[in-house]
Amino acid sequence: MPVRFAEQKLLFFLSELQEVCILSLRAVRGIFSRPLYYREFVSQLDKIGVDSLFIVCLTGLFTGMVMALQSLIQLKPFAATSYVGGMVAVTMVKELGPVLSSLMIAGRVGSAITAELGTMVVTEQVDAMRVEGTDIVKRLVTSRLKAMLIAMPLLAVVADTVALAGGYLIAAGYNISPLMYCKSLPQFMRFQDLIEGVAKPAFFGLLIVMIACRVGLSVSGGAEGVGVSVKRTVVVSSVFILVSDFFITKIFIFFR
Amino acid sequence: MAKSPEKGIRMEQVCYSVGGRTILRDFNLTLEPGINRTILGVSGVGKTTILKLILGLLRPDSGSITIDGADIGRMGERELNRARKHISIVFQGGALFDSMTVGENVAYRLLEEGDLGEAEIERIAMEKLGFVGLEQAMDLYPAELSGGMKKRVAIARALAADPEYIFFDEPTTGLDPIGVYNIQQLMLGLQRQGKTTLMVTHDMPTAFAVSDRFSFIHDARLIFEGTRGEMEASNLVEIAEFFSPSEVSLFKFANRQEET
Repeated sequence: MPVRFAEQKLLFFLSELQEVCILSLRAVRGIFSRPLYYREFVSQLDKIGVDSLFIVCLTGLFTGMVMALQSLIQLKPFAATSYVGGMVAVTMVKELGPVLSSLMIAGRVGSAITAELGTMVVTEQVDAMRVEGTDIVKRLVTSRLKAMLIAMPLLAVVADTVALAGGYLIAAGYNISPLMYCKSLPQFMRFQDLIEGVAKPAFFGLLIVMIACRVGLSVSGGAEGVGVSVKRTVVVSSVFILVSDFFITKIFIFFR
Repeated sequence: MAKSPEKGIRMEQVCYSVGGRTILRDFNLTLEPGINRTILGVSGVGKTTILKLILGLLRPDSGSITIDGADIGRMGERELNRARKHISIVFQGGALFDSMTVGENVAYRLLEEGDLGEAEIERIAMEKLGFVGLEQAMDLYPAELSGGMKKRVAIARALAADPEYIFFDEPTTGLDPIGVYNIQQLMLGLQRQGKTTLMVTHDMPTAFAVSDRFSFIHDARLIFEGTRGEMEASNLVEIAEFFSPSEVSLFKFANRQEET
């Protein structure tokens, strides 16, 4: 019995993975063909990017401050507190910035996408669009994907920048000058780290949108179904972000 | 794509099941142009499924569905979209797009096609809203409309692309008597314009007011097809129970609900 249960779960997982991959291919293909749904794209860019700025800044600020505080305590016995800027920067740009901002976006935007699409499904708006001749993948998925691919790396950059500023606020309390703080950055950072810091959130953004759209478009069971799907989107996309972060990091280390 | 000369919509030997439950079994239905039809049957029997199968929103397990001779089962999404231009549907809840104004909802298909200029699209949208008596609602959002107004906007949207067939899924559910009367009058108005209507409903006065022929579904099959007079004269137990529910039919209904 447990083997059968595990087999069913595995089959369900694989079939869902296949559906997400097919949806992703169709959505990516739609980026390059008309109609471009410019208005929908701008609206999504506003919802995903601009509306998420505050929460991402808040995440960056406090993470940067905590990072600086912890680093200073560790560095002080070695009289190496001047390196705090570099430590905050490398940790934020390569790991915490992309991962934490993506987790926040998965919770805030991923859930909203699933809820919106799920509600459209249960109220037959998606069926109505299909009857009216609309390619729903292109209109509902591609426009969100385009917006996310632009917004997510920018949000991560904002989170990194705010974290660095937050780190300096703490470092200043330890008599570290702005110059000293900034001078330590290139000692720890390489150009490839900056690429990693932008590539990771872009990939995480892709994961969030595709999972949210797939789950949203397959909602059934009315309002309760929408609720269950929203929860599933947040959990699944968070897990995938954390797991894929490990493998992306491995790839970047391989090409270092 | 195999073409045959006959006009109309035909479902032949259509089978459809979901999750092991048979919804339609060897189901046949013909919708001829100019003959307005109502599909009757108890809740959950698969009436809405029939509309969705014809529109290509669902795919049958077997059997064929043809629109003017073209088999939609062999069509890709692009060909299907072309075939759907002949048909519009008014969904049960209206299915208006929340994020768009009433005007944008009505003009949706025309905006999607992009063949007409903005001024022409606006003129057509206003004309269709005029038909349902809602010109003043052009800039409102669906959330600002009553249930009856939503249904009327949905009718205007269905009219925008000038289809030959218009499907109605429970168009009078949840409306007050004035709202029901308005919908009936709009449907009769559409029929006078040469549109063919196919409706699924439980509302018998509306069905009798707007339909020429009736189809009755029971236990996944079509068990009756004919005029109002033929239906009233029918000695089928299922039809008799549908018109005059008794304690026996209530008991059967409870059993059926438990089975599903």
